[in-house]
Amino acid sequence: MARAAVPGRLTWQAATVAATRAETATARTLVLDVDGWTGHVPGQHVDVRLTAPDGYTAYRSYSISSAPGPDWLEVTVQAVTDGEVSPYLVDVAEPGDQLEIRGPLGGWFVRRPADPRPALLIGGGSGVAPLMSMVRAAMNPTRLLYSTRSPSDALFTSDLATARAAGDGLVAVTHVYTRVAPPGWPAPPRRLDADALSRVAWPRDADAVAFVCGPTGFVETVADLLVDIGHDPANIRTERFGPTGG
Amino acid sequence: MAVITRGFGGRRRDDTDLPPGQYRTDDFPVLSAGPTPRIGLDKWELAVVTETGERSTWSWAEFTALPADEPTVDIHCVTHWSKFGTRWRGVSVDTLLADVETAAEYVVAHSYGGYTTNIPLEDLLDGQAWVAYEFDGEPLVPVHGGPARLLIPHLYFWKSAKWLRALELRLDDEPGFWETAGYHNYGDPWREQRYRAD
Ligand SMILES: Cc1cc2nc3c(=O)[nH]c(=O)nc-3n(C[C@H](O)[C@H](O)[C@H](O)COP(=O)(O)OP(=O)(O)OC[C@H]3O[C@@H](n4cnc5c(N)ncnc54)[C@H](O)[C@@H]3O)c2cc1C
Repeated sequence: MARAAVPGRLTWQAATVAATRAETATARTLVLDVDGWTGHVPGQHVDVRLTAPDGYTAYRSYSISSAPGPDWLEVTVQAVTDGEVSPYLVDVAEPGDQLEIRGPLGGWFVRRPADPRPALLIGGGSGVAPLMSMVRAAMNPTRLLYSTRSPSDALFTSDLATARAAGDGLVAVTHVYTRVAPPGWPAPPRRLDADALSRVAWPRDADAVAFVCGPTGFVETVADLLVDIGHDPANIRTERFGPTGG
Repeated sequence: MAVITRGFGGRRRDDTDLPPGQYRTDDFPVLSAGPTPRIGLDKWELAVVTETGERSTWSWAEFTALPADEPTVDIHCVTHWSKFGTRWRGVSVDTLLADVETAAEYVVAHSYGGYTTNIPLEDLLDGQAWVAYEFDGEPLVPVHGGPARLLIPHLYFWKSAKWLRALELRLDDEPGFWETAGYHNYGDPWREQRYRAD
């Protein structure tokens, strides 16, 4: 496996919620202002620390969904039923509130915008968050395959439409719906299969790199399928959020 | 100087066994860098390689015929979850090294799939570490490192290499996959050694 880069500074920094944007009924994007933030590499995450008035703290990791830039970043959070941290971030936090972050973290599940290799990004559910950062920063050919249960579960709908419409043709976006498809959609809802993957995957000799992110079952299935259709395992990077049941 | 987050209550539990910064989960999350390697037991082999290049190897049949332990341990992932009372079956690293001559102080664990991680040898000895092949009474499934993984409960779980292929004994310390990607070289959860600068 390739050696990966080193993350930057790692002290906890205060972050202020500057704005929030609803993505779906149960997910939203938080814009965080951080003094002295120096940017990230698409795919990296931050650790978020929340402290209650009595000093109790909780920490969770969230991918950065915005393009790299100084002084602010965005995270996109899907509320998990009975979760401790995600319901707070989705339903309670409002502009002006403070929390702490540490990062950017992670040197493996990253795509440097200038990396010339074509990329295949495959996201399931909120796993699209780090891929969105890669899409927003893309300088080279990028295909995104985004699987959600239904159109109303899809994050970044308008941003993805904008990215696809941008004249440079660098970014192609394909949606897969597993339970409910939009009206008039050409295919019935179904899970991602080898056939759907083969249609978006880069040709074998393209030296493409794949990034797969989502719930564990999704990542397992997709990474196995990619290997089955001939993708080099060494060029498949994965990140898994959430439970397994196994 | 802590920043208080307005409106955050949290879901506290009195878990005195939790290392700092950890929360308790009853689930078993999966983290790994790439696809899950699938290793046929007929091809599987575990090796211990000394600093002079001497190799001891075990086939699956030989390995599973070794005396095994059934540790029940707490495990701690650097992504902040801890799982209490996990039940495993595996061969103690003491057993694997019983007949091995070495002056090594470090070990690099090598996985099928190319992952590596480094551990001081003394952290693997004296009943502190196993090569585990059952979880909760069942064969260890591939996503959790099956057929066999390292189990070092007192360090963050990225040190417990999945799909273990070889333990390489070394005189010098050679940082592994996450250790060269900015994670802490040792990884003690009780001292919160997550990242290099911790
Ligand atoms: C590197 C990394 C990046 C991440 N990036 C993102 C991101 O960009 N956006 C995002 O929304 N989340 C992301 N996550 C997941 C996030 O860190 C939390 O696990 C998630 O928000 C749930 O936390 P919670 O405190 O609300 O739930 P908890 O209190 O931790 O869990 C409550 C219950 O929900 C289950 N659960 C935990 N996580 C999930 C999940 N993801 N889906 C379904 N059930 C779950 C648990 O098993 C438990 O039963 C990321 C995780 C990692 C490791």
